Amino acid sequence: MIEVGSLKARMESTPGGLKTEEYFVNMGPQHPSTHGVLRLVLKMDGETVREVIPVLGYIHRSIEKIAEHLNGRQIVHLTDRMDYLSSAMNNWAVSLAVEEALQIELNPRIETIRTIVAELERIQSHLLWWGVLGIDLGAVTTFFYGFRDREMITDILEETTGARLTLNYIQPGGLMFDIHPHFVKRVKEVLAHLKIKICEYETLLSENVILQNRLRNVGILTSEKAISMGSTGPVLRGSGVALDLRKQKPYGVYGSVEFDVPVGSVGDSWDRYWVRVEEIRQSMRIIEQLIDNIPEGKFMVMKPAKKLTLPKKSYFGQVETARGILGVYIQGCEKEEPHRVHFRSPNFNNLWVITQIAPGGKMADLVATLSTLDLVIPDIDR
Amino acid sequence: MSWEIQTIADRAAGATSMAEVGAYLVLGVVLGLAIVSLMGLILNYSERKICAHIQCRLGPMRVGFHGLLQPIADGVKLLFKEDISPRNADRLVYIMAPFISLLATFLIVVTVPFSPLVQIADLNIGVVYVAAVSGFGVLGVLLAGWSSNNKWSMMGAMRAGAQMVSYELSAVLALLTVVLLSQSLKLSEVVLSQEQGWWIFRAPVVGLVACVIFFVASCAEINRTPFDLAEGESELTAGFHTEYSGLRFALFFLAEFVNMFLVSAMLVTFFLGGWMPFHLGGLTGFNEVMDLLPPGIWFLGKVTVVVLLFMWVRWTFPRLRIDQVMNLEWKILLPIGFANLFLTSIVVLLDLYLF
Repeated sequence: MIEVGSLKARMESTPGGLKTEEYFVNMGPQHPSTHGVLRLVLKMDGETVREVIPVLGYIHRSIEKIAEHLNGRQIVHLTDRMDYLSSAMNNWAVSLAVEEALQIELNPRIETIRTIVAELERIQSHLLWWGVLGIDLGAVTTFFYGFRDREMITDILEETTGARLTLNYIQPGGLMFDIHPHFVKRVKEVLAHLKIKICEYETLLSENVILQNRLRNVGILTSEKAISMGSTGPVLRGSGVALDLRKQKPYGVYGSVEFDVPVGSVGDSWDRYWVRVEEIRQSMRIIEQLIDNIPEGKFMVMKPAKKLTLPKKSYFGQVETARGILGVYIQGCEKEEPHRVHFRSPNFNNLWVITQIAPGGKMADLVATLSTLDLVIPDIDR
Repeated sequence: MSWEIQTIADRAAGATSMAEVGAYLVLGVVLGLAIVSLMGLILNYSERKICAHIQCRLGPMRVGFHGLLQPIADGVKLLFKEDISPRNADRLVYIMAPFISLLATFLIVVTVPFSPLVQIADLNIGVVYVAAVSGFGVLGVLLAGWSSNNKWSMMGAMRAGAQMVSYELSAVLALLTVVLLSQSLKLSEVVLSQEQGWWIFRAPVVGLVACVIFFVASCAEINRTPFDLAEGESELTAGFHTEYSGLRFALFFLAEFVNMFLVSAMLVTFFLGGWMPFHLGGLTGFNEVMDLLPPGIWFLGKVTVVVLLFMWVRWTFPRLRIDQVMNLEWKILLPIGFANLFLTSIVVLLDLYLF
């Protein structure tokens, strides 16, 4: 029989009390809640996570190296495959850099359509994230609701661009095609539908006590830490920093539309959740202002056969994708192929936040935090 | 109306020849097996259909009319799958675990009163037996996780062990309130004691509170969302049965579905009058109209409603975290359970029934 006194003495003699054995466990590369081939090596103590070590490289396709052998128009096609949920915004970032190099002036029609398509993509990306967050927290039904409404948006995009996911729509000098005749009508239908559904989602998931308990005060990211880790997008805004390129450095027609930048206060998973749900509403607001008065004009201001010779200078284009700031650095060398291309992808920086905020929490907290960081793994490895 | 209770065990005891006793024994075993396998099939199908309709899908539609034969097709598929056991697994325990899980289920089926005439055995310590045997189920889960030689399975098993053992306390406390009210441990007498009205209505408030506690606790005991931490698909991939395949996996699956039926049956028996029709005290005319439906139909109808409730909860709520699960049990449910038990004793002493 173990005497209570002896146990107590033993606990006091070991510094820090009785210790349990720590163990390592591989989360991924095949794991339901790492959303792709991300591998996290976890140092665990029972249910508590002590350390998180992300291991990358499982979906590296050397997009940057391949881009050195393609011209500015062709690079756009590769960027679809990075952050596939905001492919139009990736295209836009490359287009911005190339347009800066070739000094192309765009007409208002192109800018307006680009903005509308980017915001539609942002909505569908956030809807998908919302559904997947439900699955990560065990509520499978939300996944189907999120996907159902996302499908309506991808249907519209498919009608215009011919693709549902890898749109490949925004090109240097304009757009690939003009918008479909039904585009305006169907976008209005979807907006009317989503307005009702968003409120339903709030009652289904956001107001659920269990969800609030799972997200509030979990994975707290302070604004200092968020800035020093280089995180952007909803992750940074959830921590209380109102950095949104659409406001700070407007491109497209963002300068002339009204919208708010939702900002969190605590920096926990709940703030990141709330910021994204609010961003869906703001994106709808932006589209509503633009959809009725798309200016007339050409959808491409550059001849398709025009050689895109990049002068020997470096160019930088950056946009706010659904996950944060995507920067495209292009170094020209008087040839069509750039000398060097680099992508500053938002997900890479957002991922490393997990090493700072997950330790000390439970295993389930790690899953919740990872879900609210909203990572797209192909964008991390590129 | 007076009810005549006759279980299969009673009939075997009153039999005149050994052959008759043997026949009743066979009947009992066959009935138990039939209930287990039939419930597995029906609940599997209905869960898939119901969750599909909650999620704006159709669910199985290809095999048979509206996919009615889907569970059978699934069963055949699982039968033919390769039976894998991981390297360095504890072979004996690994093979045994699903059977232990199913055994616990099977042992409870024996006591369920389906109707006055359909019950395999009516033990005079029925409540104690049910509480004891249902604790057996956690053993299968624990052994499965332990023997799989997999860290995720191990975590699932540890979660399941902690959770199922804790929630059993609340479940038993809730059952004890009914034992106080009905003043019997025998399941048939618990049902008979509700002739004036079901305990959830007849015992003022305490019945309802006990019923809710039992519902939550049994939800946790059968590992369904919001308490499905042992499986925790998005955290532990599949928890304790990650490494199982083929028939052994099917057995876990079967045990899970039949367990859902059993806790619903127990909830119905203890709080919703079992097979007893809906009675309201001395309203003889009303009661006689209610008696027109046979008790077996009443029982199955009530069980269906409770099962639907379980499914509705499962496909709506997110999952709790392990420390929240334990807090809910030890800091909320258990104190309320004790207070409720105390209040019930006052109700019984002062005869404060509603009708």
